[in-house]
Amino acid sequence: MTLLQIKDLHIGFGDGVRYREAVSGVSLTINKGELVALVGESGSGKSLTALSIMRLLAKESRVPKGEIFFNDEALHEASWKRIQELRGNRVGMIFQEPMTALNPLHPIERQLVESYKWHNQTKGVPAQEKIKQLYEAVGLPHFIGRKNLYPHELSGGERQRIMIGMAIANDPDLLIADEPTTALDVTLQVQVLKLLKKLQHERNMGVLLITHDLTVVRKVADRVCVMHEGKIVETGKTEDVFKDPQHDYTKMLLAAMPRGEGVPIPRPATDVLRTEGISVRYPIKSAVFRRTIGHVTAVENLPLFIRSGETVGIVGESGSGKSSLGYGVLRLLPAEGEVVFLGNRIDDLSTKALRPMRKDMQLVFQDPYASLNPRMTVRDIIAEGLEVHHPELSRIEVERQVDAMLERVGLTGGMKARYPHEFSGGQRQRIAIARAMILKPKLVVLDEPTSALDMSVQGQVLDLLKDLQASHQVAYILISHDLRVVKAMAHYIFVLKKGQVMEQGKTEEIFQNPQHEYTKSLMHAAFGDSL
Amino acid sequence: MSFSPITKRRWQAFKENRRGYISFWILIVMFTLSLFAECIANDRPILIQYKGDYLFPIFKTYNENTTFGGTLETEADYGDPWVIKEISAHGWMIKPLIPYDYASINFNIPRAPAPPSTQNLLGTDDQARDVLARVIYGFRLSMLFALILVSLSSIVGVTLGALQGYFGGLLDLFLQRFIEMWHGIPVLFLLIILSSMVVPSFWWVLGLMLCFTWMGLVDLVRAEFLRARNFDYVRAARSLGVPELTIMVRHVLPNALVSVFTYVPFMVVGAITLLASLDFLGFGLPSGSPSLGELLQQGKNNPQSPWLGITGFFVLAIALSLMLFIGEAVRDAFNPRKIFTGGVK
Repeated sequence: MTLLQIKDLHIGFGDGVRYREAVSGVSLTINKGELVALVGESGSGKSLTALSIMRLLAKESRVPKGEIFFNDEALHEASWKRIQELRGNRVGMIFQEPMTALNPLHPIERQLVESYKWHNQTKGVPAQEKIKQLYEAVGLPHFIGRKNLYPHELSGGERQRIMIGMAIANDPDLLIADEPTTALDVTLQVQVLKLLKKLQHERNMGVLLITHDLTVVRKVADRVCVMHEGKIVETGKTEDVFKDPQHDYTKMLLAAMPRGEGVPIPRPATDVLRTEGISVRYPIKSAVFRRTIGHVTAVENLPLFIRSGETVGIVGESGSGKSSLGYGVLRLLPAEGEVVFLGNRIDDLSTKALRPMRKDMQLVFQDPYASLNPRMTVRDIIAEGLEVHHPELSRIEVERQVDAMLERVGLTGGMKARYPHEFSGGQRQRIAIARAMILKPKLVVLDEPTSALDMSVQGQVLDLLKDLQASHQVAYILISHDLRVVKAMAHYIFVLKKGQVMEQGKTEEIFQNPQHEYTKSLMHAAFGDSL
Repeated sequence: MSFSPITKRRWQAFKENRRGYISFWILIVMFTLSLFAECIANDRPILIQYKGDYLFPIFKTYNENTTFGGTLETEADYGDPWVIKEISAHGWMIKPLIPYDYASINFNIPRAPAPPSTQNLLGTDDQARDVLARVIYGFRLSMLFALILVSLSSIVGVTLGALQGYFGGLLDLFLQRFIEMWHGIPVLFLLIILSSMVVPSFWWVLGLMLCFTWMGLVDLVRAEFLRARNFDYVRAARSLGVPELTIMVRHVLPNALVSVFTYVPFMVVGAITLLASLDFLGFGLPSGSPSLGELLQQGKNNPQSPWLGITGFFVLAIALSLMLFIGEAVRDAFNPRKIFTGGVK
């Protein structure tokens, strides 16, 4: 039985000649008790489509055409009052960012039943009873009775459970979940998805799941709609779409999933970095005199050994200390422990003495939007390192090298005069890679190099990195929460949790036979077909 | 000269604030004109042709006896009937629009302060000096004073704020505490006391005020640097081995300057007001200087001559309003929400 039907929906921005369409002609149905995933990259219009159902679009948007039926009621013609009655009542919504979705000044209990009270002023069970039911439904029974619980006391996963509890408080017929797990760590993702799936079955609820993550889709969706540039290009049962994709775009998406293995290590390989144990600690300072009164340990005594052309993967969830490790190795954060880099001890060098060695160790960041100075041209960004370390080079030689590097990373020399904002995320990451590679470094720390990119681009960037490794014999420290990325690149893996090494070993050994429970749960989250 | 696309878009946003944009041009014209105040309001002619020679009395002093064959050994008085007769007999002269400068006294009025007339369009003050001439010179003086003060305090404030924010640590700790204490000093009282101990001159007053205005920007710039030093692209530059000073100037400073520029018009407003209030109290620029504050004081002392107070009020009000409107437009121009939405693809 049809629960929601969208027919030929168009959404755009601007007026007259400046009108630009973001969603053009989307049609979609959701049946009762069915979980439909709407998959697409950023800018494909998937969130706009979802927001339009409950008329939550921004003021500037226009909906020139389109019909929306919910339980056979024409929502596109309904009054504002009627829409308001439905919001949070018959249709629940969950958003991506659980950290900002809760009001920090109100206790959890009050926020949990706010919409319930609003929609059931006279009828229904008492609020206290409802709170109990909801806490149980979302798997947080230990919160029952804690009247003064505030959002800051909760972890990201718990917050997202609360958000789900709020959304289902009125037993909605439809739940719209906009990237509900994107901001969460992989193991938490699994838990939240399990909860969603359970609620869907128990309450016979229709769920519209908006996501960019194909792994999530494969695990939970009954049906999938693939969206590309404002259109739905393919619809079908999840297994069918994954097994036998029809549209070129879907095929491309599936092919873009990180795959393959690390580049073979050339023989003989030279030692690049060796440490018996490196620790990174953040000092806690006293309020007035800023004396150090204690430490927070980010990484504890981690032994590292990297040879040229090798990739060491550091896997862990947020807060596991993996980024701190990367910065510590590069001495961008103070670290303890003897570190030998290319045969020289670097941990006791001053900032100044270290500067000439910087050209051999580079860094690629997660977010290509934040890592490029918006006020500099692409040429200036890439040439900066050359100009610092090779001031003897003539201007022409610098230009030539920048051109060559841009070509190498798949861009063209003609893009030199442009500014970062003119490029897409994937192109920006290529620029960031070019900046790191132009100095021909021996070691590059890759800090989540693909996690901010659209999935179709992730594979390309990984291929580029592997290609550069094969030709330059550069060693990588790959920091990632995504086991698929690590599997596609790394030769040796450390699994980190709260700064401690849980497990380490050669990639194939770990993937074939994970020893530690934590590694197993990570593996299941990344590669399992089910929840 | 080529501008980056961001600069171009900012200029566009500045232009879109019509009120600010128009104010900007009005103020530019007013200020430029006032820079040539000597050619607009002066008791000396701009150019004299006398016995075949060209004379420039504005720039050079010509004595009555040596140049024009008169009797007095002092500089020629170009309003004196004899001198006028002598020059027109042997050549000609071009007089400025307003035949008075800020200090020249009009002896042809029965009683000072004299009301507006064809001679003195805005009347004279209580020392028989032309108000219009004084206002033109006073506007220039206020603007120059404010601009120099703001530039100097920006340089000091940005430098100190940058050092504090970027390096943090003990430097930050001590400078912040010092600024907190320095903030506690009542500025006006101190200026009054100091100006009674030294003979105030333009540069003295400027220096004294600079001692207290540099703090305005420090907090702002410090916060910007604190924020920016952990940006990924600053980290990237550090990992490239770029020297700290270069990172500060190239990668961090442009961010901080955005908020500085947004602040500058309002700082100018503050400086003009502060100077005017000191002059009003009589502790500002040396006596005799053409100052707007002094005009207001005269207006207060001579309530029977309303043209003094009204003129002073309007000149200050117009100048400050224009500056504020410009400030609003600048704020628009540097507002990232306006700059980075739409048009980017």
